[in-house]
Amino acid sequence: MPVSFIQPEFKVKIDYDKCHKCGRCVQQCGWGVYNFNERPIPDDSKCRACHRCVTYCPARCISIEKNQLAYRENDNWSPAARKAVWRQAETGGVLLTSMGNPLPYTRIFDHLVLDACQVTNPSIDPLREPMELRTFIGHKPDSVEVEADGKGGFRLAEGAGMKNNLMLDTPILFSPMSYGSVSLNVHKSLAMAAQRLGTFMNTGEGGLHQDLYPYQDNVIVQVASGRFGVNQDYLNRGAAIEIKIGQGAKPGIGGHLPGEKINKEVSSTRMIPQGTDAISPAPHHDIYSIEDLRQLIYALKEASGYKPVGVKIAAVHNVAAIASGIVRAGADYVYLDGFKGGTGAAPQVIRDHIGIPIEIAIAAVDQRLRDEGIRNWASVIAAGSIRSSADVAKAIALGADAVAIGSASLMALGCHLCQSCHTGCCSWGITTQKPELTRRIDPEWGAEQLTNLVHAWSHELQEILGALGVNAVESLRGSRERLRSIGLDEQMNKVLGVKPAGM
Amino acid sequence: MTQNRGVVEGYVKVAPVVVRDVEKATIDAAGIYYKHLNEAIREVVADGAKHVVLENVNGQRYLGTGVQAKGVKIDVHGTAGNDLAMFMDGPSVEIFGAAQDGVGNTMNAGTVTIHGDAGDVLGYGMRGGAVYVKGDVGYRVGIHMKAYENLVPVMVCGGNARDFFGEYMAGGILVLLGMNTQFADQPLVGSFVGAGMHGGTIYLRGTVESWQCGKEVGITEATEDDMATLKPVLAKYCEALGMDLDEVLAVPFTKLAPFSHRPYGKMYAPM
Amino acid sequence: MTTRPRYAEEASSKIHGGCGLMGICDESGTLMSGEDAILAMAVQHDRGNGLGGGFAGYGIYPEFPDHFAFHMMYHDLQAKEESEALFDRYFLVDLAEPMPTRPVKGISDAPLLWRYFLTPYPNKLEESEMSAEDYVVRAVMTINSSVDGAFVASSGKNMGAFKGVGYPEEIGHYFRLEEYEGHTWTGHNRFPTNTPGWWGGAHPFALLDWTIVHNGEISSYGINSRYLEQFGYKCTLGTDTEVAAYLFDLLLRRHKLPLELACKALASPLWEEIDRMPEAEQALMRSLRAVYGPGMLNGPFAIVLGFNGGMVALNDRIKLRPLVAARKGSILMVASEESAIRAVLTEPDAVWMPKAGEPTIARVKGMDWPIHGDLHLSPEDISCAVTGTDMSCETVEVTA
Repeated sequence: MPVSFIQPEFKVKIDYDKCHKCGRCVQQCGWGVYNFNERPIPDDSKCRACHRCVTYCPARCISIEKNQLAYRENDNWSPAARKAVWRQAETGGVLLTSMGNPLPYTRIFDHLVLDACQVTNPSIDPLREPMELRTFIGHKPDSVEVEADGKGGFRLAEGAGMKNNLMLDTPILFSPMSYGSVSLNVHKSLAMAAQRLGTFMNTGEGGLHQDLYPYQDNVIVQVASGRFGVNQDYLNRGAAIEIKIGQGAKPGIGGHLPGEKINKEVSSTRMIPQGTDAISPAPHHDIYSIEDLRQLIYALKEASGYKPVGVKIAAVHNVAAIASGIVRAGADYVYLDGFKGGTGAAPQVIRDHIGIPIEIAIAAVDQRLRDEGIRNWASVIAAGSIRSSADVAKAIALGADAVAIGSASLMALGCHLCQSCHTGCCSWGITTQKPELTRRIDPEWGAEQLTNLVHAWSHELQEILGALGVNAVESLRGSRERLRSIGLDEQMNKVLGVKPAGM
Repeated sequence: MTQNRGVVEGYVKVAPVVVRDVEKATIDAAGIYYKHLNEAIREVVADGAKHVVLENVNGQRYLGTGVQAKGVKIDVHGTAGNDLAMFMDGPSVEIFGAAQDGVGNTMNAGTVTIHGDAGDVLGYGMRGGAVYVKGDVGYRVGIHMKAYENLVPVMVCGGNARDFFGEYMAGGILVLLGMNTQFADQPLVGSFVGAGMHGGTIYLRGTVESWQCGKEVGITEATEDDMATLKPVLAKYCEALGMDLDEVLAVPFTKLAPFSHRPYGKMYAPM
Repeated sequence: MTTRPRYAEEASSKIHGGCGLMGICDESGTLMSGEDAILAMAVQHDRGNGLGGGFAGYGIYPEFPDHFAFHMMYHDLQAKEESEALFDRYFLVDLAEPMPTRPVKGISDAPLLWRYFLTPYPNKLEESEMSAEDYVVRAVMTINSSVDGAFVASSGKNMGAFKGVGYPEEIGHYFRLEEYEGHTWTGHNRFPTNTPGWWGGAHPFALLDWTIVHNGEISSYGINSRYLEQFGYKCTLGTDTEVAAYLFDLLLRRHKLPLELACKALASPLWEEIDRMPEAEQALMRSLRAVYGPGMLNGPFAIVLGFNGGMVALNDRIKLRPLVAARKGSILMVASEESAIRAVLTEPDAVWMPKAGEPTIARVKGMDWPIHGDLHLSPEDISCAVTGTDMSCETVEVTA
C-alpha cells in the first residue's frame, strides 16, 4: 500500500522523566493513539487534540503541539486545502466532519456592542432588584380581549388570551441533539439540567429514551424526516413538538447514523432494528411545499391536543420569507439555526459553505414578521454558535425570543471541539455509544455542569439588562436601538437594523 | 377673563425677611428661592443663632444641607423640599409638615424629625444621626444605611413603607411601626425588604412574609435582648413625636438581619 | 430641495432627559383657569432647564366642542400653505386663526403658531372606511412625516396643547393660558440633555385628545417603537413620550382595553406578583404581559395621560420617578413634588404617594368616559381606593 501524503496534524509529546508509566493515557484515549511498551508510545497520526489524556495524566507530562511541518508558502493553497485534495484522491470520498463551521467568516456578534445607562436613566442593580428573564415561547394573540368579572374587575374573555406556550425561566434552551449522535448519559444530563433550570432540552430526531420520561415536561420532542421513535406516546410526552426541516451545519441534506451505532438501546429508542443504518431523508417526504408543512403542523397539533409545534430550519438566503410562511402555516415558534451551528456529522463542503450567519437570519426574520404584522404569532429561537451571554443578549436585542445552545452545552460536558463526533470514538464520552466511553459522563455531574453554565450566563444576562436600565428581558427583545456596530459596512448595518457606534 | 399678572413665579430670588430675637431667628420663606433661603440660614447660624424658625416653607430644596454645627435647631413649617438635611453634620431639624424625596441623604450626624409623611430614598447612605418620621414613607427607604466606628445611624418610620425598605443596608438600625398610616388596609411594608442587606438591623412592628424579603435576610422574632436595644431608640422617637411608648411596644416586633456580611462572595469565578 | 427642517425627523435617535410634571382635574367638571397649572410648574422650576415647557387643557373650546382642534407649528409660510392645502382636501375648516400669544422675555424663535377647528368631510370619511379618529390620526401622521417644517402639536376635540422652548411658566404666560378655562390641565417642565431647541419636542405630546406629560426615560424605547410600527404608528420624533402616547392610543382606543388593564400592560406587575395572584387574574395578567411585552414601558417614568373626561397618572413598576397625589373635594391633583400641590391646593383632604405601577385616575362627572373597555362598568363597580379621606369619591383608582 502506498504511503499517505497527509502528515499528522499534531505531535504528542511526553516528558518521560516525569511519566509514571501508569498507562492512564492509553486507557483514556478513545482513538487508540497510545501503545504501551514499558512506557506509552504515541502514534501522532491518530491524535485529535481532544486533551482527554492531557487532562487525566496524573504526572501532567503530556502536551499536544501543532505539527510545525513547513509547507511551501501559498496563501491560495492552504495546507488544509492541500490535505483535502490528498484525502479525496486517496479515498474518493465525501469529506466528513463534525461540530460547527470553523472558517474565518466575519463573526458579526463580535462587531456588535451593547448600550448602558449613564445619568439620564438609572442602571438597575440586578442582584438586589427584580430582573426578569421569564420567557414564553409560542403563539400570542395580537391583543387581549377582556370582560367584566362582575366583581369590579376583569377577566379574560371566553377563548381569549395566550394559550399553550412554553414557559422558560431563562431565555436559553438546549439545542436538539439526538440520542445516537450523543450518548444516553448526555441526554439525561440535558434533561435533568433543563428541569432544574426551568427550560427545555430537545430530543433531536432520535426518539425519547424511557429514562427521560421523568423529565418529559422539560423536553421538546422532535419530528424529523426519518420519524425515528415518533409515535403517539412520544407526542403525548413532549412539552412541545418540533418539526426539523434543516440544520445550520448541513442545510438541505439528510443524514445517516451508521448501523454500528445502533445498539440495543438506540434501536429501541429509535424504533428500528439493531445494526441497520438509520437514514434521515433530505426532505420530509410529506412536505414538498409550504401547504404540506401546514398539514403536518396541524396533524401534530390534532394528535397532541394542541401542544406548541415549532419548526426548525437552517438559516439560508431567503430565510425571512420562509419563516413568514412557517408562521402563517401555524407554527408556534420558528427555530433558526445559523451556519456556524454544530453537527454530529456532516460533509465538510456543506458545513463550511452553505447557509448564512444567525445574526443576519434573526434580523431579517424579526423585521419581516414585524413588517407583516405577525410577529406575535410565533416566537423566534436562535441558534448556531451562541458562545456566551453576550451572544445571548445580542441575539435577543436583534429580535430573538430565546436562544438554543448545542456546542456550548457539550463543552460544559468536556467537549474540546476536536470535530471528530462522526468517528463515534469521543474520548469524553459525549458523541459515542461505546459503553466504556459513555460511562465517563455521570448524568448527575453533567446536569450540574450544565446548570452552572446556564446559571452563570443568566446572571450575566441580568447584569447586562441592569446596565441597560431595564428589568425584564422583553424590554431588550428586538430593541436594536440598544446595539451599535463597529466595523460593519453600511449595507450590513441596514440588514441588521443597527446604527454604527457614534450615531 | 383673568387679569394678566405677568409671568407666574414659583420663587423669587431675593433675601428673605429675617426677624432676630437673641438666639432665635425667624425667617419667612414664602416664595423665596432655595439658594437665598439657605444663604440666610447659614448667615444666622454663623451669627450665633441657635434656633432657626422657617415659616411658610414650600418645596425649597436642601434645607439644613451641609450645615455643620452642634446645638442648632431648625424648625421647618410647611413642606420641605428635596434633599433635606443632606450631608448634615450636627443640627437637629424638625419639620412640622411633610418632607419630599431624599431626606438625610449621606447624613453624618444630627436629628431630623418629620411630623408628616416622607418620600422616596429616605436616608440614602446615611452614616450617623437619627431620622424620625411620624407617618408613611416611600420607596427605597434606609437604602444603603451604613455604620462606621462609633457612628450608628437610626431611622424610625411611624407609618407604612413601600418596596425596597432597607435595600443594600450595611449598618445601623431601621425601624418601621405601621401606626400612623394612610394605608391601614395595606401591608406594613412592600416587597424586596432588605434586598442585598449585609449589615445592620431592621425591626418591624408586626410581621412580614418571607417572600416580601430579600434572600439575604434572616427573619426572626425580636428577643428580649433585641428589645433592650430597641426600647431606648423607640423612647427617643416617642419623645420627639409625642407618641405613647407603651402603645408602640404593645405589638411584638420582627427582626431582620443579614445572613452574611459578604452575600456575593461566591458569585464570581475569577478567570 | 428645501433646507427647512423636516420637523418629524428632527431627532433621528432618542432624546434623553429628565423633567417635572403636574396634572389637575376637577371631577365635578368645574372649570379652572390655566394659571393654577402654571403655578404648579413654576414651583417645580428647577426640575427643568428652560429648554421645554408645556401644558394641555381640556374643556377649553366650549364654542367648538365637536371640532378637531389642530394646534399647528410651522417653520415658515410654505409649510403653512402645504398643511392648509391638506386640511382643505380632507376637512371642513370652520375657523383658522393664529394662536393668541404675548411677547415674553426669554421666549424667542417661536414658529408660526396657528390653530384650526376642523371636521372631516363626510363623504371623504365614508370613502376612507375609517373612524373619524383614525381619519384624523392618518392626517396627523401624514403632516408630521411628510410636510417639511410642519408639526401637529395637538389634534383632539375641545382641548389643546400649548408648548415650546422655555420654562413652563414662561410658555404658559406666552400662550395666555390664564385666558382659558378647563376642567383638566396637565403641565410639564423639561430637562433635555441635548439642545434641539425645537418647539415640537416639548411636552405634552398629543394625538387626538390623548396627551402625555412624562418624567423619566423609557429605556425600552427601542422595542416599544418597533412594536408600534407594526400597527402603523410612525415613531420619528425621537421622544420616548411619543411611544407612550401611541401605546395608550393602541391599547385603549384600538384594542379597547380598560384603562386600568392598559396601565398594567404598560407597567406590568412582576412575574412573582403575578404568580401569587388568584388563578383567573393570573391567567389574565400572564396573557397581558406576554402579549404586550414589547409595549411594556421599562425604565424610570412618571406620566400623566390627559383626555376628554379625565386623567390618569402612572409610575413605572419599581417607582424610579417621583409622583405625589392629593385630593381636595372634587379636585384630584398629581405632581412630581408635593410642594407643587400645596402651592395650588391649600389644605388638601389627603396627600399620598401612589403605588408603583398602579394608576391614579380622575374622571369628570357626566362626561363620556372614552375608555371603551370601561363603558360597561357602572360607578358602583369602581372601588374607591384612596385612603386617608372619608369622602365617597366617584372614581379615584380602579382596582382589579
